[in-house]
Amino acid sequence: MSNTDFALAVEDLTVSFDGFKAIDALTLYIDKNELRVIIGPNGAGKTTLLDLICGKTKASAGSIKFKNEEIIQVPEHKRVRLGIGRKFQTPSIYENLSVFQNLEVSYPSGRSVWGALAFTATDAIQARVQTVAEDIGLGDKLETEAGLLSHGQKQWLEIGMLLMQEPELLMLDEPIAGMSARERDLTAELLQRICQNRAVIVIEHDMDFVKKIAHKVTVMHQGKILAEGPMEQVQADPKVIDVYLGH
Amino acid sequence: MNALKAWISRYQLASLVLLTVLLAVVLPLTLDIFRLNLVGKYLTYAFVAIGLVMLWGYGGVLSLGQGVFFGLGGYAMAMFLKLEASDPETTKIQSTPGIPDFMDWNQITELPAFWVPFKSLPFTLAAVIVVPTLLAWIVSFAMFKRRVGGVYFAIITQAVALILTVLIIGQQGYTGGVNGMTDLKTVLGWDTRTDTAKYILYYVCVGMLVLSMVVCRWIQTSKLGTLLLAMRDKEDRVRFSGYDVADFRIFVFCLAAALSGIGGALFTLQVGFMSPSFVGIVPSIEMVIYAAVGGRMSLVGAVYGTLLVNAGKTFFSESFPDLWLFLMAGLFIGVVMAFPMGLAGVWESKVVPWWRGRQSALREASAARPQPPSPPPHAPMKSTAPTDAKLPDGTSGQSV
Repeated sequence: MSNTDFALAVEDLTVSFDGFKAIDALTLYIDKNELRVIIGPNGAGKTTLLDLICGKTKASAGSIKFKNEEIIQVPEHKRVRLGIGRKFQTPSIYENLSVFQNLEVSYPSGRSVWGALAFTATDAIQARVQTVAEDIGLGDKLETEAGLLSHGQKQWLEIGMLLMQEPELLMLDEPIAGMSARERDLTAELLQRICQNRAVIVIEHDMDFVKKIAHKVTVMHQGKILAEGPMEQVQADPKVIDVYLGH
Repeated sequence: MNALKAWISRYQLASLVLLTVLLAVVLPLTLDIFRLNLVGKYLTYAFVAIGLVMLWGYGGVLSLGQGVFFGLGGYAMAMFLKLEASDPETTKIQSTPGIPDFMDWNQITELPAFWVPFKSLPFTLAAVIVVPTLLAWIVSFAMFKRRVGGVYFAIITQAVALILTVLIIGQQGYTGGVNGMTDLKTVLGWDTRTDTAKYILYYVCVGMLVLSMVVCRWIQTSKLGTLLLAMRDKEDRVRFSGYDVADFRIFVFCLAAALSGIGGALFTLQVGFMSPSFVGIVPSIEMVIYAAVGGRMSLVGAVYGTLLVNAGKTFFSESFPDLWLFLMAGLFIGVVMAFPMGLAGVWESKVVPWWRGRQSALREASAARPQPPSPPPHAPMKSTAPTDAKLPDGTSGQSV
């Protein structure tokens, strides 16, 4: 399975911390244009898996192929440049900068030292910031300092910052944590819109939300994949009910 | 007109012009040349302080070894001046005429190879910037690429400062040892010790400082400045937005080093000597205090901080030499506890809002006057001042 048409192909991936295998020979394929949700009990290794894919944690063994290219040795910032975007669990935005600046800084040009010195926000970039800001519902808050946004708006802003980069693989770690019911609905709509033309991996605990957005669900347990498939199938799986969903 | 106003406020030109007028007009008119030369000496430390604003305030990287780069720039200039002061005619009583006196005392009979290029002024001027920058690049490349940062980096810079001091003191024959390089007199035959020369050097120093501040301000307003702030607060987010965080830190560390080197060279020119006492840990920490007192986010503030602390140092150490170090420590602790953003922070958060509040109150009072009964002028001031003052620009969008 070395030559594939998948957006992301993770094969036999293992990482151990002092002998403890947080991810244990895990194999996972994500299609282009797919929205995959990963669920599982705490400590199952969901966040670690995203850390490995984006390069925050170094794998002990195995392979990660993005668009058929081995990336296991590629440093983090270069993985981003290849088209992998990652949203962190707690909103990770620049609190002291305005919404506009947060988005502008995320635009993929002027990424070297000298490039950043010479960078100017052209009309095209400003228009792109405006488009993305409207997409995430912050179109009228461009001048607001990001630290003053509500928790939900911060989550959206971080998603917007990733959208600025137009990643081909977007990974979101608990994007609706701490959101109100209305914000959850808006986020679900947003995710359905942005998963066009790209692969999206979402980690989530909220089953209603998962049902709403998932194309396919992967259940992780103790660093391994317990089950994989459409939501109904996974929910009916006795193993899954046993370790995660409960009786 | 509005575009011009926006441009002026973007580059904080008003405060910069005010500082330039103070340095270039007010001080030369009010101080005698001895005191002015002293101010010129302080201003050479201000180069280090504005470098620290970029490095520490914006970049979030604290260096406790900026004296190293100040010293390297200063020594590069001192080597040129020392060679010029050691012509065979004036050193004819030495056993080897034509080499610096301290080499002769240390039984060195030939000018060491690394000294030879410093006979050239263009080479020296280049070395003033290149040598500190190169060392900064080596240190920061080794550290930042391995993700060493924060306190560990600060400690390593201290170690570098200590190593360089030991090296300079130990290699007396090549460096002048603990006495440093003294008796520096002329630049290409131009005597730097006359009053006229001191005025000229003072203005060169002010000019270079203002130029450096303009360059720094330009960097702050570029995307690089935004990125520095961003990575100071959320390093991982910047990294996972496709930037190599280490490259930006290396750049800003080299920038601070280059500025310090220029300051050091101007110090040597104005003061007429260079010694290891400006290289080590204590002066390096003092330089951090200048930036902290002035405000580590403000270039202009850092310059005022440098001037004030040094004026205080001169004043107190003339009157109470034993107490000075304690006062300095107290000042540092006090500033960090009470005004973490330094004088510039006090200005921004207290003085400016108070002034704005007063202004708008006066305007309202004069507008309200025709309608009897007119409210007492202080009443609206109390009610409008806090709301006007506390909301920073940009928060208005929140209420929409």
